[in-house]
Amino acid sequence: MKPADDSIIDVQGLSFSRGERAIFDAVDIQIPRGKITAIMGPSGTGKTTLLKLIGGQLRPEGGKILLDGDNIPSLGRRELFEVRERMGMLFQSGALFTDMTVFENVAFPLRVHTELPDDMIRDVVLMKLQAVGLRGARELMPSELSGGMARRVALARAIALDPDIVMYDEPFTGQDPIAMGVLVNLIRRLNQALGHTSIIVSHDIKETLGIADYIYLLSDAKVIAQGTPEELADVDSEQVRQFMQGLPDGPVPFHFKAPDYYQDLLQEL
Amino acid sequence: MLELLQRLGHKTLSRLAAIGRAGQVLVQSLVAAPQPLVMLPLVLKQIYFVGVLSLVIIVVSGGFIGMVLGLQGYTILVDYGSEQAVGQMVALSLVRELAPVVAALLFAGRAGSALTAEIGLMKATEQLASLEMIGVDPLRRIVAPRLWAGFICMPILAIIFAVVGIWGGSLVAVDWLGIYEGSFWANMQQSVDFYDDVLNGIIKAVCFGVVVTWIAVFEGYDCIPTSEGISQATTRTVVYSSLAVLGLDFILTALMFGEL
Repeated sequence: MKPADDSIIDVQGLSFSRGERAIFDAVDIQIPRGKITAIMGPSGTGKTTLLKLIGGQLRPEGGKILLDGDNIPSLGRRELFEVRERMGMLFQSGALFTDMTVFENVAFPLRVHTELPDDMIRDVVLMKLQAVGLRGARELMPSELSGGMARRVALARAIALDPDIVMYDEPFTGQDPIAMGVLVNLIRRLNQALGHTSIIVSHDIKETLGIADYIYLLSDAKVIAQGTPEELADVDSEQVRQFMQGLPDGPVPFHFKAPDYYQDLLQEL
Repeated sequence: MLELLQRLGHKTLSRLAAIGRAGQVLVQSLVAAPQPLVMLPLVLKQIYFVGVLSLVIIVVSGGFIGMVLGLQGYTILVDYGSEQAVGQMVALSLVRELAPVVAALLFAGRAGSALTAEIGLMKATEQLASLEMIGVDPLRRIVAPRLWAGFICMPILAIIFAVVGIWGGSLVAVDWLGIYEGSFWANMQQSVDFYDDVLNGIIKAVCFGVVVTWIAVFEGYDCIPTSEGISQATTRTVVYSSLAVLGLDFILTALMFGEL
């Protein structure tokens, strides 16, 4: 149950808390290079926080996040922005720039970070849009797109600079079955075609198990299980089974902490 | 009692921290290597949104305020037989006080609230975060052009306000109430000093422009990214900048005209 030795991101002893609540408590995670790694867990376990920590948008209280040996939390502002050029991130909402067309959204990273002439930028943007099937939508504004289309445009923008790492924040949430299928295929295909490393944060078990090479299961600020999808299906832990099979009650209780039901109902005001 | 003290202390500390963050936002957005090729188009676009689109409200309000001044000035001065001084009164009150102050209040309501809501929504829809992840500093890309546009537009709007206001005053006093045109303008020309009155008015407008834009942009950047948070931030922008303008106006007036 160990990921490949060649890891692009190596998280060591990561600790982070919001107020009193610990989100991560000495967590170790290795992201293997060129593979699709899924970070799964119930809502509120800090999956998105992990992506923000890797992207340097938050600073951890302890531990290291090594990207090819560079410790991200200790980088200065300028170095951080340089490192981020190697990362693409697909936000849950898509986060397209609402004042630009689809074409300009995808072209934006290229215009900012490269000196490419306009006709070459046009070619690259059209290739990326073709990859997500939206070459014909290039003149539309983000407000004219459906949720699934917006996320595909955001995906095209995230891969515009051919990053080494693409991070997906809940890519499947709120998608209809067709859009979901399209996205699952896209993520898989792009990963194979472009050879980048993918990190998917999700709690959609079926879709994620279908494409992930390696899975980390987070709960209560810890990694409670890790392995390939097959390995995870065999893990003998009630907590893991509850999550993987979607059982309403188990170690993660269905009921929020409350006094006894009868007593509560009978209590006089 | 102890709880009250505790809450007071907490409030004070968080206000102080906010002022610190506001300073940080200002410095980090404005102090950087100049990139005129990138910045110029962004600033020009914001000048259109912040300045050009505010022109209607500024011109209309300026005209009406000038007309009211002309009318009120006439009814008061005519009792003393010195209605020729209406021109002087209209021009001085506009140039020294009303143009910078009222233009700044209108600017806060029209442009400031829009800036706050726009930046707040960008934050709520993760556009600022995605800029960061693309490797672009949102302070430089989003905040700085809006700050510069506000700094540039506000004094110009105040000048336009004063000019239209004086024209409105002359419309009422000369064309309607029949004051002799020559004495209206001559009185004004004699009494309005470029350094003491016009320049001081412009200095006021510059100060108000900086304060209002700074408050608006910071409130948007610092808001809680929910619909409730954005609405509160927008309200705070208008309230804080109006109070800041009026308070600052007193301080500046005391500094400029206090010795007279």
